[in-house]
Amino acid sequence: MPENHYADRPPRTPPPLNAANADLNIDREVRLQLYRRLQELRQVGNRLHELFFQNLVRGTSHLSLGMEAVSAGFGAAMRNDDYSLATYRGHAHTLSRGASMEGVIAELLGRDNGLMRGKGGSMHLVDVENGMLGSYGIVGSNLPIANGAAWSAQLRGSGQVTVCFFGDGGANIGAFHEALNLAAVWELPVVFVCENNLYMEYTPIDLVTAVEHPAASRASAYGLEEIVIDGNDVDEVYTCAQRVIERARAGAGPSLVEAITYRLGGHSRADMAKYRPEAEVEAWQGHDAIELYHRRLLSLGVGEAELTAVATDVAAQVNAATDAAKAGPPPPLEEVHTQVFADGGSSWRN
Amino acid sequence: MAELTYRSAVAHGIAQEMRRDPSLVMLGEDIGPAGGVFKTTVGLWDEFGPERVRDTPISEQAILGAAMGAAMTGIPVVAEIMFSDFLPVCFDILSNEIAKARYMSNGQLAMPLVVRCANGSGVRFGAQHSQSLENWCMMVPGLKVVAPSTPVDMVGLMAAAIRDPDPVVLFEHKSLMASKGEVPDGEVLDTLGTARTVRPGTDVTIVALALMVPRALEAAEILAQEGISAEVIDLRSLVPLDMASILESVRRTSRLVTVEENPQLCGWGAEIASIVAHEGFWDLDGPVLRVTTPHVPLPAADVLEDEAVPSVDRIVDTIRANWD
Repeated sequence: MPENHYADRPPRTPPPLNAANADLNIDREVRLQLYRRLQELRQVGNRLHELFFQNLVRGTSHLSLGMEAVSAGFGAAMRNDDYSLATYRGHAHTLSRGASMEGVIAELLGRDNGLMRGKGGSMHLVDVENGMLGSYGIVGSNLPIANGAAWSAQLRGSGQVTVCFFGDGGANIGAFHEALNLAAVWELPVVFVCENNLYMEYTPIDLVTAVEHPAASRASAYGLEEIVIDGNDVDEVYTCAQRVIERARAGAGPSLVEAITYRLGGHSRADMAKYRPEAEVEAWQGHDAIELYHRRLLSLGVGEAELTAVATDVAAQVNAATDAAKAGPPPPLEEVHTQVFADGGSSWRN
Repeated sequence: MAELTYRSAVAHGIAQEMRRDPSLVMLGEDIGPAGGVFKTTVGLWDEFGPERVRDTPISEQAILGAAMGAAMTGIPVVAEIMFSDFLPVCFDILSNEIAKARYMSNGQLAMPLVVRCANGSGVRFGAQHSQSLENWCMMVPGLKVVAPSTPVDMVGLMAAAIRDPDPVVLFEHKSLMASKGEVPDGEVLDTLGTARTVRPGTDVTIVALALMVPRALEAAEILAQEGISAEVIDLRSLVPLDMASILESVRRTSRLVTVEENPQLCGWGAEIASIVAHEGFWDLDGPVLRVTTPHVPLPAADVLEDEAVPSVDRIVDTIRANWD
């Protein structure tokens, strides 16, 4: 099959921008923080992309370029002690909880100063201190696990909410359905967020899914509200996140949100994504989360200079984090044998 | 001291730990008011209530996922997978997630949980409800694996598994459920990774697990009448594996036989034979023998199942046929 095998399909264009979102009651400071977060996620994503092509990131990697508004919006609406679980495409979700840029970049570089000292890698970022309970490499597996974190919070009466991110492809795996059912039956404080980027790896999701919305169309099967949002409009994401997180915190049970978004790049490092219609890619480039938000903030009276300053500041931060990550030594070789068991080692016999 | 059945020892051990640790919870299919399909959880729902003893839908991934998420956020959990044959339904969560979380997170995530399941042959349920899958779990880095053979071991090893900070898969043998044994009053706590010599002997070491332990003991009794003194070791735990006890025994007997309910290919005895061949080679006076189920799915008919699984006669015959 040629590389551009789906390029002749009719393009699936972004939802029309909801201009009324400019009027949402969000503080100026919060909006500026959201903008800063979007810049951080985009610039770190771009940096990681460069580092691949310098052959400094080995293995594979899955970037969230174009999809940043979903994790940024949810991250901003979460309490510090809330829990996040992501997929192998989890860099943005980890950074959105406040993980160190150096720790994330160094983990992808396989350095000792990585978040997990090189034991996890790109697909498995974990930062428990910041509530990030992991990035899961097997599609769908994180949904049942998110239930457990939510169950624990329910048992402890801690008021913590668990937010679990997954992709459109994940809505077709059995674990999704097992998890949604149990979450509804146990009324767990969990929010499932489907990032529908329209492609299940290299295949248009609509070709392999029985319903229009892979996640949201199934919500009614579990007695849940059907929620579909523009995943590239960070104000819309943030407002929705606040609502469903508060609902969970109040004991009203789980929610399922489907955020429509788009990958600006390929599925993973090896994928140039030439299988998509050109008009589709162009349409989504015109609906870019960061550009949309930049324009909105200008329309709300924020000065161009202030936004430029944020972007410049973030660039300096990303450069410093990259330098620090690169300066890290490789992990000591004895690290191969540590942390299999709670005694710190890997011994299975006497 | 009270006489308990193996089946009631399961609930006895869990109850001991739930009284000790008010944060400990359990979940599984039919474990609540029904008391478990093998009646191994009878009384727990009554004593500890539906918050701590949770019935679940038939959703094995949801069960182990919930167990994992709770365990790694500070709630110790006992999860039941009704038959070990259902582990493949949730083997992603068990082998990819639970087992690897500590390593991949470089120690950020702890996993204090126990997965219990009914295991093994003898109830004529056929190939999807009778397997011995302990070796499947044994080979996954990060999991601990326990298979008690007596009521007192069930209580003590259950307690040890629950208190262990690592994930433990505990196999309860279906054919031992009705067996009885004395269990001391008060707290019973055993140690994972310790084999037990259940019959001393001088001529051959027989290593067995779970249902194969009483069969090995019976075989040893018959062999004794023929002048062969067999030492029987109840392995009890596959991970951690008490190789020191086996190697020490082989040093004295110079012969080793493993009795395994799993099919021969990659059964746990193969690993033990390999280690003894390496570390105990000069102690051996003869080839290591393995008595196992053949490389077949288990058949349902009683005569066929009995033919497949190692019997007392097959253990005796194997040793006798290889005796000088």
